[in-house]
Amino acid sequence: MSAPLELVCPAGGLPALKTAVDHGANCVYTGFRDATNARNFTGLNFDDASIKQGIEYAHQRGVKVLVALNTFPLTDNWLQWTAAVDKAAAFGVDAVILADPGLMEYAKRNHPRLRLHLSVQGSATNYEAINFYHQRFGIQRAVLPRVLSMAQVEHVVKNTPVEIEVFGFGGLCVMVEGRCALSAYTTGTSPNCQGACSPGKAVRYEETPAGMETRLNGILIDRFGQGERAGYPTLCKGRFEVDDETYYAIEEPASLNTLELLPELMRIGVSAIKIEGRQRSPAYVTQVTKVWRDAIDTCRRDPEHFKPTAAWMAELNKVSEGKSATLGAYNRPWK
Amino acid sequence: MMNFKLPDFAIPAPLTRLGNRLPQLPPTLALVTALNLALDRLIPREPLEMLIGKRFTIRVLDAGMTLRFSYGERGFRPLFDASQPDLTISARTRDFIALLAREEDPDTLFFDRRLLMEGDTDLGLLVKNTLDGIELPRFDPARLTPQELLHRLRARLATPHST
Repeated sequence: MSAPLELVCPAGGLPALKTAVDHGANCVYTGFRDATNARNFTGLNFDDASIKQGIEYAHQRGVKVLVALNTFPLTDNWLQWTAAVDKAAAFGVDAVILADPGLMEYAKRNHPRLRLHLSVQGSATNYEAINFYHQRFGIQRAVLPRVLSMAQVEHVVKNTPVEIEVFGFGGLCVMVEGRCALSAYTTGTSPNCQGACSPGKAVRYEETPAGMETRLNGILIDRFGQGERAGYPTLCKGRFEVDDETYYAIEEPASLNTLELLPELMRIGVSAIKIEGRQRSPAYVTQVTKVWRDAIDTCRRDPEHFKPTAAWMAELNKVSEGKSATLGAYNRPWK
Repeated sequence: MMNFKLPDFAIPAPLTRLGNRLPQLPPTLALVTALNLALDRLIPREPLEMLIGKRFTIRVLDAGMTLRFSYGERGFRPLFDASQPDLTISARTRDFIALLAREEDPDTLFFDRRLLMEGDTDLGLLVKNTLDGIELPRFDPARLTPQELLHRLRARLATPHST
């Protein structure tokens, strides 16, 4: 068997990083406190002191720290992004997760020993694109967008020397990664350049007699009745009136949960499995890391008879967004 | 390590109605005092600068409590008027404790409609993320069960004081 499947867990702050390390993550991915990463939310992420402490804590315990620098710099702020690459390299992170080819070129030229991962924001869905990033910039791992079926993931893995990381668990969106304009259209802020989808300043919740209303920049995007599960305040998950009918016109809020696909993901040679949620709290990181560590270890011991336990599924369903958990595109028989 | 899980409970409705009629100042004072004690020791002031001059309301739904306070240069202080707050956070007693103990994730409670944040959402995110970024001494709700408290009291009584 090839190298063991790595569990890659999210951390929006030092306590989340520590709990991920303590509960069995192999890698923890993080971001700096600015627009250089796609979870640029108020008060979230690492300042210099906390990232240094986090790297030390993780490295002492044999866990890697990755820094996401996966937004797209513009001409007038280019230096902020290159400074972030320099900082990550100086602090001794194990890899940076990049989406912008210009930044990859900068990292390769100035920090030849820094390991580069291709972010999901780079939106590379075929092996030709991944191999191009590998040949041109020395990318060593690619995170696949959540739009490929299992057969397609396998096809990519077979045709590239680059390690493949896939999403295993967490919130889903429309998955037009790196190119989605919905948040920018409504709020003027995009995950691609400013690092935030539906920034807090544009979001308002209000309890009304008709239910809890979510507004994005003043526009009503959803109303949740008594006891109805809520979702994140993003345009793609809103309910809209179309031809006198109000429904999820783009998509229904749902969470990805690929626990049952673990034996298959291991068999086809996926290198790492990613847990979404740097915006979540340490409690979530603890709960999800525990379950996935346990599941991966169990599956490695006996992949033939692996079946997710009811307790694992209950724990993961509890923290999920939306009404349902889904296997996403992985489970798509048609091509 | 103990695997204690906070049970799901709600304060019975008659007590909620009683809580609604009780003066809100004593619990507000207790909360504000606790927050001020935590300032500088646990909670750094620097990320809280955005909170200066802001008005907060915490509604503990099943206890019938509405706690109003503000944050300023000199820390937290109770508010005596019921004018519109900048941020209102509502949940049940059990869920506030679970959040404090880092047993539940706020987004999980939000999805489950057990936590509501009204007003300035960005302010709410700042509060949430600042609290999440703090390294707390382990708050273990298992240490607050009657058996555990009794055990600790006995242990303390049995130990002769050295001074």
